[in-house]
Amino acid sequence: MSEPPIFEARGLSRHFDVSKPALQRLLSREGRRTLRAVNEVSFAIPRGTTMSLVGESGCGKSTVARLAVGLYEPSGGQALFEGQDLAEARKSAAQRRRMGMIFQDPYASLNPRWRVADIVGEPIRAYGIAEGAGALREKVGALLRQVGLSPADGNRFPHEFSGGQRQRISIARALSSNPDFLVCDEPTSALDVSVQAQILNLMKGLQRDLGLTYLFISHNLAVVRQVSDRVGVMYLGSIMELAPAETLFTTPRQPYTRALTEAIPDLDMVGKDRQPVGGEVPSPIAPPPGCPFNPRCPLANDRCRSERPALIPARGTPETLVACHAVEEGRDSFEARAAA
Amino acid sequence: MPACGDRTLMQPLLQVRDLVVEFPTRRGTLRALDRVSFDIAPGEVLGVVGESGAGKSMTGAAIIGLLEPPGRVAGGSITLRGERIDNLPPREMRKVRGKRIGAIFQDPLTTLNPLYTVGHQLVETMRTHLAIDAAEARRRAVGWLEMVGIPAASERIDAYPHQFSGGMRQRVVIALALCAEPEMVVADEPTTALDVSIQAQVIALLKRLTREKGTSVMLITHDMGVIAETADRVAVMYAGRVAEIGPVRSVVKAAAHPYSAGLMASIPPLSHKVDQLPQIDGAMPRLNAIPQGCAYNPRCPHVFDRCKVERPELLQAPETRAACWLFDSDAPRERAHV
Amino acid sequence: MNAVSRFLDSDLFYSFRRTPSAVISAVVAAVIILGAAAAPWVAPYNPFDLASLDLMDAFNPPAFMDEGSLAHPFGTDDQGRDVLSAILYGARVSLVVGVSATAFALTVGVLVGLLAGYAGGTVDAVLMRIADIQLTFPSILIALLIDGVARAALPREVHDQLAIVVVIVAIGISDWPRFARTVRGSALVERNKEYVLAARVIGISPARIMLTHVLPNVLGPLLVLATLNLGLAILSEATLSFLGVGVPPTQPSLGTLIRIGNDFLFSGEWWIALFPGLALVAMVLSVNLLGDWLRDALNPRLR
Repeated sequence: MSEPPIFEARGLSRHFDVSKPALQRLLSREGRRTLRAVNEVSFAIPRGTTMSLVGESGCGKSTVARLAVGLYEPSGGQALFEGQDLAEARKSAAQRRRMGMIFQDPYASLNPRWRVADIVGEPIRAYGIAEGAGALREKVGALLRQVGLSPADGNRFPHEFSGGQRQRISIARALSSNPDFLVCDEPTSALDVSVQAQILNLMKGLQRDLGLTYLFISHNLAVVRQVSDRVGVMYLGSIMELAPAETLFTTPRQPYTRALTEAIPDLDMVGKDRQPVGGEVPSPIAPPPGCPFNPRCPLANDRCRSERPALIPARGTPETLVACHAVEEGRDSFEARAAA
Repeated sequence: MPACGDRTLMQPLLQVRDLVVEFPTRRGTLRALDRVSFDIAPGEVLGVVGESGAGKSMTGAAIIGLLEPPGRVAGGSITLRGERIDNLPPREMRKVRGKRIGAIFQDPLTTLNPLYTVGHQLVETMRTHLAIDAAEARRRAVGWLEMVGIPAASERIDAYPHQFSGGMRQRVVIALALCAEPEMVVADEPTTALDVSIQAQVIALLKRLTREKGTSVMLITHDMGVIAETADRVAVMYAGRVAEIGPVRSVVKAAAHPYSAGLMASIPPLSHKVDQLPQIDGAMPRLNAIPQGCAYNPRCPHVFDRCKVERPELLQAPETRAACWLFDSDAPRERAHV
Repeated sequence: MNAVSRFLDSDLFYSFRRTPSAVISAVVAAVIILGAAAAPWVAPYNPFDLASLDLMDAFNPPAFMDEGSLAHPFGTDDQGRDVLSAILYGARVSLVVGVSATAFALTVGVLVGLLAGYAGGTVDAVLMRIADIQLTFPSILIALLIDGVARAALPREVHDQLAIVVVIVAIGISDWPRFARTVRGSALVERNKEYVLAARVIGISPARIMLTHVLPNVLGPLLVLATLNLGLAILSEATLSFLGVGVPPTQPSLGTLIRIGNDFLFSGEWWIALFPGLALVAMVLSVNLLGDWLRDALNPRLR
């Protein structure tokens, strides 16, 4: 390995203190309560590729996104940017400018009081990338054109744009510091489908042209399938399965991944009934012991209820890393299904 | 004008004809719905899809008489079993709502009163609309909670809404919408706020219960997958108008209107990876800038002169009815096929 | 489009035109403010020019009464001062104190609020507990306390010179927690919005984020609060002056005038107290109605 991955998480954890205020705690005799949003997560993203994290709300995927750009400090483990500790890397403007973020809500991610040119130009000014007002204007104009807007749009305010156009502005801002690594937190989930296709195509085109590396966060498996090279499935703060995208979607191994892929309503399912997975996501404040999915898992046994499974290569599909005792022990009848 | 082919013989439960909803603003009156027409047959599930701002929620709100002021019905009619309900006084409309038309919204907390137990709310609703005594209402309330899959229903009946999870709350709302045995339910984005696995549970529940009770459903959502699995027929809305309406399979697999076709194509497939997703360029016009003629004409790949001048009504297309001049059999077509 | 025509076309101005109470209040407030600002030029007499006072003119009733004359439309007081002129000069003092005290409270409140809202944690807790303690004292008590301390600490001549400043600081100090709480609340909301996160990813400093991103977005509620507070500050000043601990009698404010008139209220010379009182009511009411309108107009949920 000559080149370290652009981003790597090594046993990365983030806990939040969600205790009540000290006085109330004293009165009701409660202890401190900790929400383990992210629990010892490890993955690496090679340069020029897209790694996606999928999962339902509260699974910790957005927390990982914020850890990956240094908005949160890790509670444990390490976040590495090109092999260097992330917090260390972010102390230097030259490294900081190489990472950026695209947010979910196109209405909250742009300052409503700023003109578009100022929004897109903020990183350029902060990093001193363009010298002088003329060069700045030119660079902003070029960025707006790159994302499919016109340079004249720079004089307008965010509220004059539709959701899709705002997301383009958000992308232009992220691109303005010439980054290598972009963290995209649900970039299309607030958009309509036809606009979602525009934005996904734009992001793919930019990746091709600029050699960008993406950490892509989404709850939408279909979107993830379209954009990813590798996919991690998260549940209650842990990665349950981590595999190349094609492998994950053709041969999902973890029972949770399988439940998730089967729950997606599909255009091919016209008029069909299905048996959805039962139960609900437990509170991350009081996760079940053992495997986090065990209360809803059809394959759960005593070991699943007591011992937390490690993320290890799966029997049968070794390119897949999976955290599941049933897969490890061969209780998931994978061979039988594969033969069928 | 009769509705879709195979249902013409059946007397429709709900008829919406040329419905116009307007919003007076300081810069002129905005037309949020422009001559919207469709029928819902007894026991039928009509899906209404469209992008945000297309007018799908507005249509639902107009039917249940809950348009946000200053919006108002400015034309057309809504009839329930032949009886006009769009011009009822608020008192009468409250009786229709609940008794004859139930409502399910995206956020269960807008429907549930946080100050009362769910049992109390079910009992109140049933006693307002059905001639039953308190004991019977409570017995039925437990039954409804069991039916919507609330575990330990006889105990949970005395719990408050905040003591339920999001998915469980939406189940309670479904029970509340159905407990007065309405003829129809308007469900506006009932699963949008829920996680995928919970969403599947709620949709399956809604489907099962309405089928059992023979309740009609107007299912408003932006999620084509949900519609595909649940609806019998689909209406696709665009810029306050119905662009296409027809059987779900036809609209999903063989949409006639270029907008519906583009919309279906732009949905990322789960089954395989495509290099470039088909996309519709541009965005839906704002209400104050709807173009002349067909509202879709600036984005349409098949646009011709007539589209920019004259507004198309719903015309018979091969499997559906589409508001598109490509299907005008009386006039010479300038383009052969889609 | 230039700034003026953009303003005339704005939703805010539209809502203003459509709200009669706002238009009337604005007209009343404008008349009072202009009259007060231009007092030396528009007032018929200079009530502070002792040479021009003639005790023979004392206790003249207003012009519309039998013994009144147009020379003194609102009559004269016990010193022969023209009441209308005294009101114009008095409104000037009241406005200066009200505006300065509000500006003082606003500045302190914004700084404390931004710091508490952004820093959070212990800093936030300490600052807000100070504000809470401050809020449990009636503002008039705090003003009296500061005034008392200033009187005791400063020599009499110095105190008379600084009296207005003392009143401004006294009222300002009792009002800052309101601003601090509003700004803190808004800052807490804004700091978690994604545009602030975007700025943090770039590495913009917290102080800069607060001033360039958060502050412009909390200006709306701040403006409403400042307007409403202006009315209250004018009233506080009037109360202090009425109690005799406010501005010195050599520079009478509306409150001072009412106190002077109060002595004659039951001996038949009611106009000496009534007209300054009406002026005070008109001023505070118009400012408050403007504030109410502004609050409704800027509230997106009521639009």
